[in-house]
Amino acid sequence: MSTVPLWAQLINLLAAVLLLLAFAMLAQRRVLTLIDLFAAQGLALACSTAIVAYATGQPHLFWSAGLTLVLKVGVLPWLLHRLIRQLDVRWDVEGLINIPTTMLIGIVLVVFAFNLAYPISQLANTITRATLGIAMASVMLSFLMMITRRKAVPQVIGFLSMENGLFFAATSATYGMPLVVELGIALDVLVGMLILGVFFFQIREQFDSLDLKHLERLREDDGTVQ
Amino acid sequence: MTEVLAVLCMPLAGAVLLAIVGARSLGPLINVGASLATWLASIALTIRVAGTGPMLVADKLFFVDPFNVFLVALTAFVGFTTSIFSRPYMQIEQRHGRLTAARLRLYHSMYQLFNFTMLLALLTNNMGILWVALEAATLTTVLLVSLYRTPESLEAAWKYFILCGVGIAQALFGTILLYFAAEKVLGAGGDALLWTELNSVKGALEPTVLSLAFVFLLVGYGTKVGLVPLHNWLPDAHAEGPTPVSAVLSGLLLNVALYAVIRCKVLVDGSLQSLFAKELLMGFGLLSVVAAAFLLSRQKDIKRLFAYSSIEHMGIITFAFGMGGPIANFAGLLHMTVHSLTKSAIFFAVGHAAQKAGTQMIDGIRGLITVSPVIGWGLALGSLAILGMPPFGVFASEFLILTSAMREQPWATPLLLLALGVAFAAVFSKVQPMVFGEATVARLPHRPAMTPVFVHMAIVLVLGLWIPPFLADWYRQAARLIG
Repeated sequence: MSTVPLWAQLINLLAAVLLLLAFAMLAQRRVLTLIDLFAAQGLALACSTAIVAYATGQPHLFWSAGLTLVLKVGVLPWLLHRLIRQLDVRWDVEGLINIPTTMLIGIVLVVFAFNLAYPISQLANTITRATLGIAMASVMLSFLMMITRRKAVPQVIGFLSMENGLFFAATSATYGMPLVVELGIALDVLVGMLILGVFFFQIREQFDSLDLKHLERLREDDGTVQ
Repeated sequence: MTEVLAVLCMPLAGAVLLAIVGARSLGPLINVGASLATWLASIALTIRVAGTGPMLVADKLFFVDPFNVFLVALTAFVGFTTSIFSRPYMQIEQRHGRLTAARLRLYHSMYQLFNFTMLLALLTNNMGILWVALEAATLTTVLLVSLYRTPESLEAAWKYFILCGVGIAQALFGTILLYFAAEKVLGAGGDALLWTELNSVKGALEPTVLSLAFVFLLVGYGTKVGLVPLHNWLPDAHAEGPTPVSAVLSGLLLNVALYAVIRCKVLVDGSLQSLFAKELLMGFGLLSVVAAAFLLSRQKDIKRLFAYSSIEHMGIITFAFGMGGPIANFAGLLHMTVHSLTKSAIFFAVGHAAQKAGTQMIDGIRGLITVSPVIGWGLALGSLAILGMPPFGVFASEFLILTSAMREQPWATPLLLLALGVAFAAVFSKVQPMVFGEATVARLPHRPAMTPVFVHMAIVLVLGLWIPPFLADWYRQAARLIG
């Protein structure tokens, strides 16, 4: 193991934590815990970005680590908690498929993601190249979570966690995007979250619930193919 | 420099001003004024570029060449005419009690912001900013789609947000992979995502990474273009949002998203030296044309009908760019222009027709020509034009696409012809009784704004008969660039 520097080992560890958290989110039924898991994922992401920044001496990555910390561990979970409190919806989450099946599909997805990422990892000369597969896997797991959840809030958490996976891919494969792009992405995520907040209230005002089964009117009778 | 800044600042200033002014009677006028100023600025930019050729401004942050300058001018023009249409249309909607003053303020402000994001996406040289601008375009229109707060509009907006959000997340991954490949050649830092830089070294970019990146980029931006099977959000968002929003979504946003795909395609073609990107584009394009054509006949809602027709036409354009070569690219660019003008004109006419009838259902709208000849003729002419009847411009571009398909991809020609035929039968049989049937529609409290419809139709007619030399020259230059 002497060939692998400590930094790389730490990043690999955090990558594993990220994947584990993605699975935990997939299995979690309670929406409040889901938010905490999302915050934990953000923390792991911020730590790994900071380590890459320190190990490679890329000062702009410190900025993006700080941005991740503020946005994904602080602001977004706080906004989500506030929303849940205001909307008073602390229900348990019902999936479309039962949880063991979802987990099995998740494992298949991880294998697929590793296969997909393998040729690219070979080309990467960054210290963190082994983690590209994990990043791709957590993107796919978040995708799966969005597909299998019926309620609006878990879908959004899935969406945000997908953004986490993408950020991790950016740091692990390329040491981060140019700062101006990262700022733009962060702005989009924040604005998107605020719009969703407004949106939740609109949905609830209209249906007295955030269950997406109410949002299934535009269907075959209109000629749409689902 | 000043022209680029003016094009971007006008809508931004308009958005801020409209957020302050709110829904007072001045609001719609400011909306028109800001759009007019944007259009004038875009003309100034166009003249500048026509004189000096492609230019890089603001430390390579913005890039203007024949390909995007004509789209900027088109976007600003349709944005302007739509703002003229939207004034009486939204007044009537307010009179019908579908809107409150606060929502009208939101509408006007977001309309300008939406224009800003599209122009930013077109003008930026940075592939990362392009992504940011397209995501911002989704965000600004989500609340516009749900403006009426009906259950259906909320559903449409939710679907739009989630599907386009997920789609565009794929595009972000594609952009990351692109940066990953570029960084090896250009070094880390801001320059590695600049399109002009990437274009100059495209032969040296790692082909395996770029082919994977293109798949993600195509799926991502393709969701916004509305390519089948990623099109599910499109008919809902077009049908449930206010009509001016449907017009700009269909006429402009789809074009801008396709523009992003084409910019990526140029890089991938240069790196791969194979037909990979072209075949993907042709496949997606053909699938969209055929699937949309067959779905057209099942539509009962008039705005959904024309939303599916947009999918069909975006499919045709994607197919044309997939074939490549000077003629097909020329035809694709021409089709982008005429589709954008015709489709927004149709939505204007359809919007007023639906207001008269009090419903968007095709069965509820009958005999427009007897009650309101202007709207009736507008809808009839627009439909004939979009179906590819000569002498309108759509005929010219479709004819060029079909003839180059016969020469280069003969297998695809029967499919295209079949789809165009099916689409013709479906749309014509639905629109004909709406225009000429027994009258059921009522009078409107405001005069409808039909001038934009006829201005658009006149331009489409002219483009069908004679393309001005400067425009043809641009198309040729842009077509060469696309390859």
